[in-house]
Amino acid sequence: MKTYIFKNNFIIGFFLTFLFCSSNLYGSDTKLIKVDWSFNGITGKFDRSSLQRGYQVYNEVCSSCHSMRLLSYRNLGEKGGPEFSIEQVKAIASNFEVQDGPNEEGEMFVRPGRPSDKFVSPYPNVQAASAANGGSYPPDMSVLVKARKGGADYIYSLLMGYDNSPEGFELEEGVHYNKYMDGNKIKMAKPLSEGSVTYADGTKATETQMAKDVTTFLAWAAEPHLEARHKTGVRVIIFLIVLTILVYLSMKRLWSRIDSEQ
Amino acid sequence: MSEDNYVPSSKFGKWFNDRLPLLTLSAHLREYPTPKNLNYWWTFGGILTFCLIAQIVTGVVLGMHYVAHADMAFDSVEHIMRDVNYGWLLRYIHANGASMFFLAVYIHIFRALFYGSYKSPREVIWIIGMLIYILMMATAFMGYVLPWGQMSFWGATVITNLFSAIPLVGESITTWLWGGYAVDNPTLTRFFSLHYFLPFIILGLVILHIWALHIPGNNNPIGIEIKKPSKDTVPFHPYITAKDLFALMLFLIIFSGFIFFSPNILGHPDNYIPANPMITPSHIVPEWYLLPFYAILRSVPDKLGGVLLLFASLFILIALPWLDRSKVRSAIFRPIYKNFFWLLILDVLVLGYMGAMPAEGTYLLIARIATAYYFLHFLVILPFLSSVEKTDPVPISISEPVLK
Repeated sequence: MKTYIFKNNFIIGFFLTFLFCSSNLYGSDTKLIKVDWSFNGITGKFDRSSLQRGYQVYNEVCSSCHSMRLLSYRNLGEKGGPEFSIEQVKAIASNFEVQDGPNEEGEMFVRPGRPSDKFVSPYPNVQAASAANGGSYPPDMSVLVKARKGGADYIYSLLMGYDNSPEGFELEEGVHYNKYMDGNKIKMAKPLSEGSVTYADGTKATETQMAKDVTTFLAWAAEPHLEARHKTGVRVIIFLIVLTILVYLSMKRLWSRIDSEQ
Repeated sequence: MSEDNYVPSSKFGKWFNDRLPLLTLSAHLREYPTPKNLNYWWTFGGILTFCLIAQIVTGVVLGMHYVAHADMAFDSVEHIMRDVNYGWLLRYIHANGASMFFLAVYIHIFRALFYGSYKSPREVIWIIGMLIYILMMATAFMGYVLPWGQMSFWGATVITNLFSAIPLVGESITTWLWGGYAVDNPTLTRFFSLHYFLPFIILGLVILHIWALHIPGNNNPIGIEIKKPSKDTVPFHPYITAKDLFALMLFLIIFSGFIFFSPNILGHPDNYIPANPMITPSHIVPEWYLLPFYAILRSVPDKLGGVLLLFASLFILIALPWLDRSKVRSAIFRPIYKNFFWLLILDVLVLGYMGAMPAEGTYLLIARIATAYYFLHFLVILPFLSSVEKTDPVPISISEPVLK
């Protein structure tokens, strides 16, 4: 009977190992640079100032080619995000020109952005974006972190992965060498170099710093409710554990009647 | 059974019960005599009922916000994730709920295999269960298409294309399924409609499954027939309900771990890329719970052969009560069958792993061997074992487990 119970646990082990194996098949790549992100782990949170700096990097560097069409300016002021003040969000939004209309005369018109507007895309459509970038579409960044194996580590690695191509490695015109890109060839030129931005909060804009900040920003953009999820999760699990103990004790007491009959 | 002479205590209760005996049904469910030696592997029936209801409830609410249109589906899912109050929670419960549902159903099925729960007089329970399982796979597959990401689109393309292997009418059937000449908006809208509809068929089958169970009563770990009610049984409520509840709580803790701390670990990152008919992902893989069958499908070089083998691998399970003729139900008393049971589990896990790997070289070879073994187990080993295996002595009753 003992060995048989042992075997029972074995099958659960099998199943769980299988689950995690199969997820790793899709989900991670050991060769990436591993960063100890503040948002990892069950109590992980975003670093607020890193998110704000990350937005600055996105806005001043990435957004010239990459859209983020699923985000609205109001998201920048929401809880769990960069948490800019309402005034800051309004100021940020008003820097963009948004097409609106038709008005009463039936004309489309351009007005300054409002917090409720979606992020303005750099190109009117995918074709225009591809045409302007050597035939390669710069992917929308809204859920990019969740759409790549390795997630935030992958984005960070890619940003840090530009290097001179090894001897004998053929590179076509307009293609760059990157250690972490599939096939080591990427159309995007190295986007970040020391001093690409001047941080408003005085942080030194090193390449590593900017890569970390913008990756943090993209991780938040892909999962804007991550902090609420972690917080709720801890509470739910504590609640469930307490309830499970109570249910267990009630069950034991109930069954003691049956067990004592034997 | 005592519920046969159940009389409601109130006058109104009696009046109502004479017209619709819901109170008698409720009394039956409470008093239903259950073997007292059921172990925790028997708690997955209750867990599965919970999973189905959780999927329906979260699904109905998600359906209020989801837009079934090729141009809007992806964005509407992101709208749920970003702007709907607790939309992220609903969607993560629903998406991970599917995985948990399958985890539970696999345990439930393998429990039946180990303890011989499919054998006479429980063949109909088993067959209904298998129909539920097949419908679950269809429902889950169609649900995975709804977010209209890259894996949704290409998964749908691969699976619906299977039907084109049917001789003569294959192409027409595929066109009919698609509602056009490729997977597109008509495919998405019908998948949404069916994804909403099939769970209610499953619910109906679950009721039949439980009804069929209540005719002979539960099997039990030692697999013998017991007198009901007797010293060997306990009333379903409160004994089994308490135990099922405890098991459900443990299950919910694991479930919550996935929902709150790694909600995307079981999904494929490519499904966060909007569907694009012009770009094929390098590896098209289904969700983990379909991988063993995907491996069987790909292990045959011929498309029609692969499809036939895929369906055969499912329908062979329906015939199981007639393939395993051994009179002894529980593997505890079947020393040889027990080993083959564990080998089958290993085989299915190997198939699952191979389903996730590219179908080439050594992977393909292993997948072929594992596929062959899967059929060997059911078609050769089980029937043969029924006649040659010398089983251990079986106890007379649960209270007197020793027979010597």
